Amino acid sequence: MAEVTLNVNGRDYTIDVLPDTPLLWAIRDNIGLTGTKYGCGIAQCGACTVHVDGQAVRSCVLPVTAVAGKIIATIEGLSDDRSHPVQRAWIAEDVPQCGYCQSGQIMSAVALLAREPDPSDEDIDAAMAGNICRCGTYQRIRRAIHRAARED
Amino acid sequence: MTDLFKVSRRDFVRAGVAGAGGLVIGFRIHDLVAEPESAASFQPNAFLRIDQDGAVTIWFPKTEMGQGIKTALPMLVAEELGVAWDQVTVVQAPGDVRQFGSQGTGGSRSIRTTFEPLRKAGATGRVMLVQAAAQRLGVSIETLRVQSGHVIHGPTSRRIPFGDLVDDAASLDPPADPPLTDPDDFTILGTPVARVDTPEKVDGSAVYGIDARVDGMRYATVVHPPVFGGRATAVDSAGALEVPGVDEVVELATGVAVVAATTWAAFKGAQALEVTWGDAGYREGSDAVEEKLARLAAVPGAPARSDGDVEGALAGSAQRVDAVYHVPYLAHATMEPMNCTAHVEARQCRIWVPTQSPQGVIREAERITGLSPDRIEVHLTYLGGGFGRRSSMDFVTEAITISKAVGGPVKMLWTREEDTRQGQYRPCTVNTFAGGLDQAGRPTAWRNRIAGPSILANKGRRLRNGVDPSSVEGAANIPYKISNIQVEFAKADIPVPLHWWRSVGSSQNAFITESFIDELAHAAGADPYQYRRSLLDGSPRHLGVLDVAAERAGWGGALPPGRARGIAVAFSFGTYVAQVAEISLDAGGFPWVRRVVCAVDCGQIVNPNTIEAQMQSGIVFGLSAALFGQITLDSGRVQQGNFHDYPVVRMKQAPAVEVHIVRSREAPGGIGEPGTPPIAPAVTNALFALTGIRVRRLPIRAALTASTPSGGR
Repeated sequence: MAEVTLNVNGRDYTIDVLPDTPLLWAIRDNIGLTGTKYGCGIAQCGACTVHVDGQAVRSCVLPVTAVAGKIIATIEGLSDDRSHPVQRAWIAEDVPQCGYCQSGQIMSAVALLAREPDPSDEDIDAAMAGNICRCGTYQRIRRAIHRAARED
Repeated sequence: MTDLFKVSRRDFVRAGVAGAGGLVIGFRIHDLVAEPESAASFQPNAFLRIDQDGAVTIWFPKTEMGQGIKTALPMLVAEELGVAWDQVTVVQAPGDVRQFGSQGTGGSRSIRTTFEPLRKAGATGRVMLVQAAAQRLGVSIETLRVQSGHVIHGPTSRRIPFGDLVDDAASLDPPADPPLTDPDDFTILGTPVARVDTPEKVDGSAVYGIDARVDGMRYATVVHPPVFGGRATAVDSAGALEVPGVDEVVELATGVAVVAATTWAAFKGAQALEVTWGDAGYREGSDAVEEKLARLAAVPGAPARSDGDVEGALAGSAQRVDAVYHVPYLAHATMEPMNCTAHVEARQCRIWVPTQSPQGVIREAERITGLSPDRIEVHLTYLGGGFGRRSSMDFVTEAITISKAVGGPVKMLWTREEDTRQGQYRPCTVNTFAGGLDQAGRPTAWRNRIAGPSILANKGRRLRNGVDPSSVEGAANIPYKISNIQVEFAKADIPVPLHWWRSVGSSQNAFITESFIDELAHAAGADPYQYRRSLLDGSPRHLGVLDVAAERAGWGGALPPGRARGIAVAFSFGTYVAQVAEISLDAGGFPWVRRVVCAVDCGQIVNPNTIEAQMQSGIVFGLSAALFGQITLDSGRVQQGNFHDYPVVRMKQAPAVEVHIVRSREAPGGIGEPGTPPIAPAVTNALFALTGIRVRRLPIRAALTASTPSGGR
């Protein structure tokens, strides 16, 4: 076991975990933030997407020991009141269906818009390629990203 | 809240005083498909409450898996009650067979079964509130109307809020048959309404099964046999127990469970297990399955439809067309892998579960724990996708069994690999067609033999006259006017677990029938759209959606080079859908669906926002299956395990979908499933138009790998 301190959404959490524990399970089981989801465990579906130092990463394959001391942000850290521009765009376009993948979709979209404030459809295809939605909300996700770019 | 559930009346709808004050209306939802216990039960199964502050609450017994039902139901109530729709909140009811009857959520049934009962519940409230207002004001009810949560007296413009009237209203007898609003006067139904669950699904706060947290809870996962019907003959748990955090290994009838302090420790423990699997189990490969089905499809099966004399018509036809179509096993691949949280104690059992069948969960808990239903609590969470998979009990059984064995609360979660390999698959089939055309190219004979394992037989049920209705739905009921039609089914006994998969039989039968009618059109030298049109007199709703889709897609109009269109139409779950797919080829020569024009006639509509979303959803779901989806067996082992080898449509592959709703006064149809069936044939028909390759085997990727440019396979 290893004691690791993680900075998540601006707060430090010291947890005692198996050293190879993926960040996903530390966030969910040890810290108790469950907005970040498990979908595949091999970085294929994007349901576990969080930000590490501002970059969108798949937390299901990232050992906690690799992110100690870094700035980690989850869906819960975007805003206290769903006021982040991407959250507002998601609500305006009524994107989610089952909703399970949406935390990851939103975190990928936020990272995209941070580096490319006015993304093209091709930029969206590339940035969102790692996020699967089985409900097929892709069309509304695309519109929501364009809306967030327009309104922010 | 508990008191509310004790309101129990024999009649369709009654009212009483709620414990906290206010008007409570219980109502019974009649399922189209009755489950055994609901026939004997007259318990109301959901409740409407109007509080003294005017707030309206509905306890709803179904479950939300993305289909938008949590939004649609309050719209029905609000419309008839006369409140603004956002005054209504929906609260998820617990699983409770005695109070709610059938809570099963599937078969695109929710709106079809509640459209009238929920409106009547709302209308009952309205009538009683108006009556209470009439008594208070000493006026006739004809002078009163309702609007936005108030009763309004026309001549004096006096307004009384509903909340002021509920206590009086609760003492009145409910009307036997309250009048319903004329659809022309709807102000909420038929208007686009935003989903009520969207806000909690953009900030991570929505609670799914995997998010359940119970004091003292431990985490478990299960390793299953590599083949169906396999069993562990020896379990060496030493390695697993060495993983820090792993506390117990539990042998189950269906596999071996590892129980740990965290999910990760459970997963690691599962990897460290050394299990010897015996010789039991099914060990054939996909080739053997296909050969078995091909043999069955080559000879007559049990008739599901027999019109005229198909053999005579084939013999006398001017032109005969033959084809064989293959469709594979498919996994549901919900985003949220199967999971269930259970806490079995001596005198009670509590379960937190994303399920499409709350009653099935209660029955399983009764069976495993021996407790009576009143000692079993089932908490229903959001479902991270269902598509039929979550009406199965396999994962529920395991969670309850593990909790009972370890004597504490356990959250059981399958890995993605176990989820993919633990089946409950859409059946594979081999299908033969023989079509006969007359001199003018009009079809005179249509013979379709479907061979495959049967879902019902797989679940131990007897088939009536040798036909599983779900195996032939979408094939036995083709709408085309052909004098001689023979559709047959041959059941194959293959012990791979099967289950209903979004749109069930129509998911494969729309592909085979809408492909073969396209083949007949081309054999006749006719335009595929016009050919269908010419055979649809007598099926106006098929024709209606077909025309709208063709017109809005610009059927027959010019396209940029390298693009082509394909068309298909299908009826399923009470709803008619036609789609025109416009495709090109990507750099690798693989079809890229650029645009889908979808026309839908689902009868009277509730929420066009949801209809649009569900059509887009059904299309992407069906497109994943059409392009990539297949579960294959090697010596009985499922060869796929995760999204790298069971790929699904991603952002770039998702077409722009335009949805056109055909307005109708017909009874409401389903909406969760009917978007799926037409997309596969619309795409393969477009591919034929573009390349001359006729895809007769799904997925398209497998068909194209095996084909040459000159002919389809």
